[in-house]
Amino acid sequence: MSNKPIPHAKSAAEWIEKEDHYTFHDERLWDMRQKRDEQMHLLPEWQDLREQASRLKEHTLAHLPHYLEQFEENARRNGIHVHWARDGAEHNRIVESLLKKHNKTSIIKSKSMITDECEMREYLEPRGYSVTETDLGERIQQLDGQMPSHVVVPAVQKLTGDVAQLFAKYYDTDPASDDPHELAEAQRIAARPALLTGDTGMTGGNFLVAETGTFVVCTNEGNADLSANLPDLHIATLGIERLIPRMADLGVFIRLLSRSALGSPITQYTTHFRKPKKGGEMHVILVDNGRSDRLAMDDFWSSLKCIRCGACMNTCPVYRRSGGQSYGAVYSGPIGAIIDPTFNAKKFSTLPFASTMNGSCTNVCPVKINIHDQLYKWRQVLAERHEIPFVKRALMKMAGRLLAQPALYRLSISGAEVALKTVPRFALYNYFNQWGKHRELPHPVKETFHSWYKKNRLNKEKGAEKEETEA
Amino acid sequence: MKIGLFIPCYIDAFYPKTGIATLELLEKLGQNAEYPMDQTCCGQPMANSGCSPDAKMTEELFVRNFAKYDVIVAPSGSCVHHVRDHFDAMEQTADVRHVRQNTYELVEFLHDVLKVRDFPWAEFPHRVGLHNSCATLRSLRTASMSELGEPFFSKPKTLLSAVKGISFATPKRPDECCGFGGTYSVTEEAVSAKMGLDKVTDHHEAGAEYIVSADTSCMMHQQGCAERNGVPIRFIHIAEILNGAKA
Ligand code: SF4
Repeated sequence: MSNKPIPHAKSAAEWIEKEDHYTFHDERLWDMRQKRDEQMHLLPEWQDLREQASRLKEHTLAHLPHYLEQFEENARRNGIHVHWARDGAEHNRIVESLLKKHNKTSIIKSKSMITDECEMREYLEPRGYSVTETDLGERIQQLDGQMPSHVVVPAVQKLTGDVAQLFAKYYDTDPASDDPHELAEAQRIAARPALLTGDTGMTGGNFLVAETGTFVVCTNEGNADLSANLPDLHIATLGIERLIPRMADLGVFIRLLSRSALGSPITQYTTHFRKPKKGGEMHVILVDNGRSDRLAMDDFWSSLKCIRCGACMNTCPVYRRSGGQSYGAVYSGPIGAIIDPTFNAKKFSTLPFASTMNGSCTNVCPVKINIHDQLYKWRQVLAERHEIPFVKRALMKMAGRLLAQPALYRLSISGAEVALKTVPRFALYNYFNQWGKHRELPHPVKETFHSWYKKNRLNKEKGAEKEETEA
Repeated sequence: MKIGLFIPCYIDAFYPKTGIATLELLEKLGQNAEYPMDQTCCGQPMANSGCSPDAKMTEELFVRNFAKYDVIVAPSGSCVHHVRDHFDAMEQTADVRHVRQNTYELVEFLHDVLKVRDFPWAEFPHRVGLHNSCATLRSLRTASMSELGEPFFSKPKTLLSAVKGISFATPKRPDECCGFGGTYSVTEEAVSAKMGLDKVTDHHEAGAEYIVSADTSCMMHQQGCAERNGVPIRFIHIAEILNGAKA
């Protein structure tokens, strides 16, 4: 994996140039945010639910080992095989060994961010296994060789025209026909043989219930149920943070999840998996991949509360205007910007700066993660670790010194005319070069407030005092 | 009550009118406000870039300048947010705590502390779009936030409603960030400027002649975007309207 910092600003600038994509993307996601608001207004207990969800997650994270063991024990009792993977590589090896053991070669898979996180396809495919995504958006991204753009709607950055072009390449359909129904049908026809012949089903999962040893998968296309139920072998991959203590807690999250994500009251399918089907096997792989390290990070552990609803992405004005691909990561948007650096602080060092820190994300988050505070914290951490560009560091050091010395500061902005020249030359050059690309500079004025005050208040007072003493 | 007036660096340099209006308004309201001459900046640009240690000396200077006042008032939401919520690079002495607890953004000071509701001298016969900066909205909470579904309130609107002749335009996305974001405006200049253009277009299409805000920095950015793209809309700080500016 290359360590070069992701050029978010540059990719975003290119994205903006694609006017039709830009507008569609922004409006589609904003519409999801609006629908989310409508759902929120229908539930007077919305803020209580968020509070409960947040507390439940915090409680679970604080007792993670306990609940994980409880889950494992109960799941085993149900007949589920439970595996533990320290990282992505171990996860992939576990999957491979299961495939080998059962003599399987073709996986049909429903959407799961975590297998993308583990780079499972990249591992399995060269080794001769086929992996077919059955979620429409995820399949589109797979065919295009791209990471998901969004945690809920993976191909949201594509117009139907793009999909038509893509399908034409692989499915021999008409590249000019961009009717969404026809496209979905083309995918269905193309995927059906894979679904019927696939010998292994893989799913992710939204919740692990410790008390019952079961797991819950929420989807809208029903493809997870096909993936899980058609083949004899079902492998489910979930992050260890997906736990909730009791079945009774589930309702809190189910009520929040789809309302926050798409603005619909519930996903079309909420499937509970309890035990393997007759004659089949069910495996759950619990993945750490940096999660327990994150749990130990004072400022960032609460990002593990995330239920991957994508609401923070939908509301984020920067994400909406830069597209998910610009984040160069499996997780994009605000949540990506605070968890990606835990995987690789250098590579994702630019992401916490890809934000105006407006705070809308924090407000919509159903589990109350203080996302924008964590963005601010990450900036401090990254600067401390020298993961921000040298020029910026040097500039901030100089600015810091200058602004701490009033006399020097006044001197640096005095002389000549004020206005643009009021800002010290070195700062001005860097700053306004960028500023002026798509914006006008502020207008020059005749005098600063500082000098106006001196003339109109200080000198006047002195003048008045003088008059008094003279009188 | 002795008020220390903080005029942020960019208002000092580019928008002295706003500083003057703030001072005059406080004086009209019978307040004793003073501008300490040794002030520079609140330290936000450095801290927002992740360089808190570089902000520290500037922040210490701020405290030295303002600790002697009962309250500190600034016509800038984002600076007040920084002072109140992010002044933690330095030792938290009694002075530091005093400054953090007693620094107010102008609107909240007028609305909550002085509880002014009348501005008999103010008249502004224009249709305005109100821009709440993210700092005033989501950190200082001077207005209700659309994400939370809380009952509507808006301190700036309450104040402006007392101004003769004023009317309000309703943009489609009133709470959407305008893209300024401090150093964000240069680190990601393209997205920032696009957000700014979207923002001013939204207000313009809603029929606003002016965008009015308690944050000059947002408006400096928005004005730059409007002018570059020929969006015919003007900008004015809330202090100027409340102080009686006519246009
Ligand atoms: S951080 Fe919050 S809003 Fe964002 S995806 Fe996770 S749960 Fe949803």
